[in-house]
Amino acid sequence: MMKGTEAIGEGAVQAGCRCYFGYPITPQNEIPEYMSRRMEEVGGVFLQGESEIASINMVLGAAAAGMRAMTSSSSPGISLKQEGLSFLASLELPAVVVNINRGGPGLGNIAPSQGDYYQATRGGGHGDYRMPVYAPATVQELYDITMEAFDVADLYRTPVMILGDGMMGQIVEPVVMHERKKIDLPPKDYILDGAQGRPSRIIKSLILDVKLMEEHNWKLKRKYDLMRKDLPRHDEFMTEDAKMVIVAYGTAARIAKGAVKRVRSEGLQVGLLRPVTLWPFPEDALRNLSKRVKLILVFEMSTGQMIDDVKLAVGGRIPCEFYGRPGGVVASPQEIARIIERHWLQREIS
Amino acid sequence: MKKVFSRPQSLKQTPFHYCPGCGHSIIHRLVTELIDEMDLRGKAICVPPAGCAVLAYNYFDIDVCESAHGRGCAIATGIKRALPDRFVFTYQGDGDMAAIGTAETIHAANRGERITSIFVNNAVYGMTGGQMAPTTMIGQKTTTSPFGRRSVVEGYPLKITELVAQLDGAAYVVRTSLATPAKVIATKKALRKAFEVQLEGLGYSLVEVLSPCPTNWKVSPVEALRYLEERMEKEYPPGVLKDVTKAAQKKEG
Repeated sequence: MMKGTEAIGEGAVQAGCRCYFGYPITPQNEIPEYMSRRMEEVGGVFLQGESEIASINMVLGAAAAGMRAMTSSSSPGISLKQEGLSFLASLELPAVVVNINRGGPGLGNIAPSQGDYYQATRGGGHGDYRMPVYAPATVQELYDITMEAFDVADLYRTPVMILGDGMMGQIVEPVVMHERKKIDLPPKDYILDGAQGRPSRIIKSLILDVKLMEEHNWKLKRKYDLMRKDLPRHDEFMTEDAKMVIVAYGTAARIAKGAVKRVRSEGLQVGLLRPVTLWPFPEDALRNLSKRVKLILVFEMSTGQMIDDVKLAVGGRIPCEFYGRPGGVVASPQEIARIIERHWLQREIS
Repeated sequence: MKKVFSRPQSLKQTPFHYCPGCGHSIIHRLVTELIDEMDLRGKAICVPPAGCAVLAYNYFDIDVCESAHGRGCAIATGIKRALPDRFVFTYQGDGDMAAIGTAETIHAANRGERITSIFVNNAVYGMTGGQMAPTTMIGQKTTTSPFGRRSVVEGYPLKITELVAQLDGAAYVVRTSLATPAKVIATKKALRKAFEVQLEGLGYSLVEVLSPCPTNWKVSPVEALRYLEERMEKEYPPGVLKDVTKAAQKKEG
């Protein structure tokens, strides 16, 4: 049995993360607390930075030095890290960043929320960049995806975000610990460890020549296209015969799953599609689904952000309804079941 | 015939982009001379600032990692913690070090990070065109303090080097000037000491170098050196502000 935050920490350690830098913020303090003990045990580096900004830049330095490095925070802290994320993206340095999303905007509260979807998937920092974003929904998945995130970061030389919320962080579930299968990763021929017996290296993002800057942007774009092809992942539940499908991720998907089971017992043919990657978004899966179901209901713990991506994927083929509970309110499966039933009847789906 | 003067190996063959009379080229030379003399090229990693010296990698033939404005000490911390046996230094201007990066500077110093900061103080934001810096002096005119810096409006010049010298993690804190050839040589001596302090693992070392910016001071290079000596050195007196090696020697003695 493991707590979500601990699963993130242990997954990182097992993935070979040996540098953690972070700043305290609720509801994710168990991650730095866990890492402060574990890094000492495995001979790694744990350092509590003086700020969120300093912490992400320490991650940047450690990544430039060739280490697997991570930081974690929650919404207001992630806002402060955006400068660093933009730099990591342009410098093409690997790093893993965890956002345990809380209610907002502003200080908001410390309750589970999904209000940071836009910030996470649209590139909250400046410039033309993208970043893979994973939204785990079980403690096992938190463990597995954290391990995987380090490989993805190294494979594409990119920052990777794991987007959870207070609920995912606090939940306690069984976890099967395992080693991740080794994948072929490109050699780290860019790292700065002193120009000993080799030419000196530069890690920089300042490109004053607009033609060269454009080239750099297209180079990044080609990398993002590869990610769009290889990384999208989703999970489907009871969609085979479904006439209506709920789209939800993370904690909202857990609630929606309960609601689907409930309405299924009443004979409603309803399924669930859960995006595991929020960027790249599992567009193909949604497009395919939209060819055989009559209605999509997007459920988010926000006023509606992911629904934009759902609509883009569906392309107006079928109606997309929305139900949201922002501000840290956690809906019950019964509540979602009632919403499903209402839409089912209104649209006379049966 | 014996060769008595040559370009340091760690200094690339690139002509400097710096303005005539700028202090950066002198400091670049001193740093690269020391990297050669102390045989640090194979283990040195530099973190330059956002500012005029952002292009330091065009000149330093060592590993260089760019930094967002002010984040140099945090990035250097990450590098040094990852690779404790390397030689890591930041090269920063006054805006980088004492305005947008104040927190990063103070806390890296206070943690006693085994890094060295070379702090080039010319009392203006040079690269952006001569705006007021945290170190701009009372009465000094800049493009954003056109009436001269007034304490009641813009506050006082920030003496971050004095602040850092108060911190327990700081091992060697010194201020030097480029006003005369003798002072340039003294600057090199201070840099050498700061590098040694890092290599011996004694803590954070900081060398503030008072440096001329004729372009933004709107004076000739020669007048700039006079201004440096007569005006800046009065506001920012050169000298050793902290030296733990001396205290250690006294104890032993």
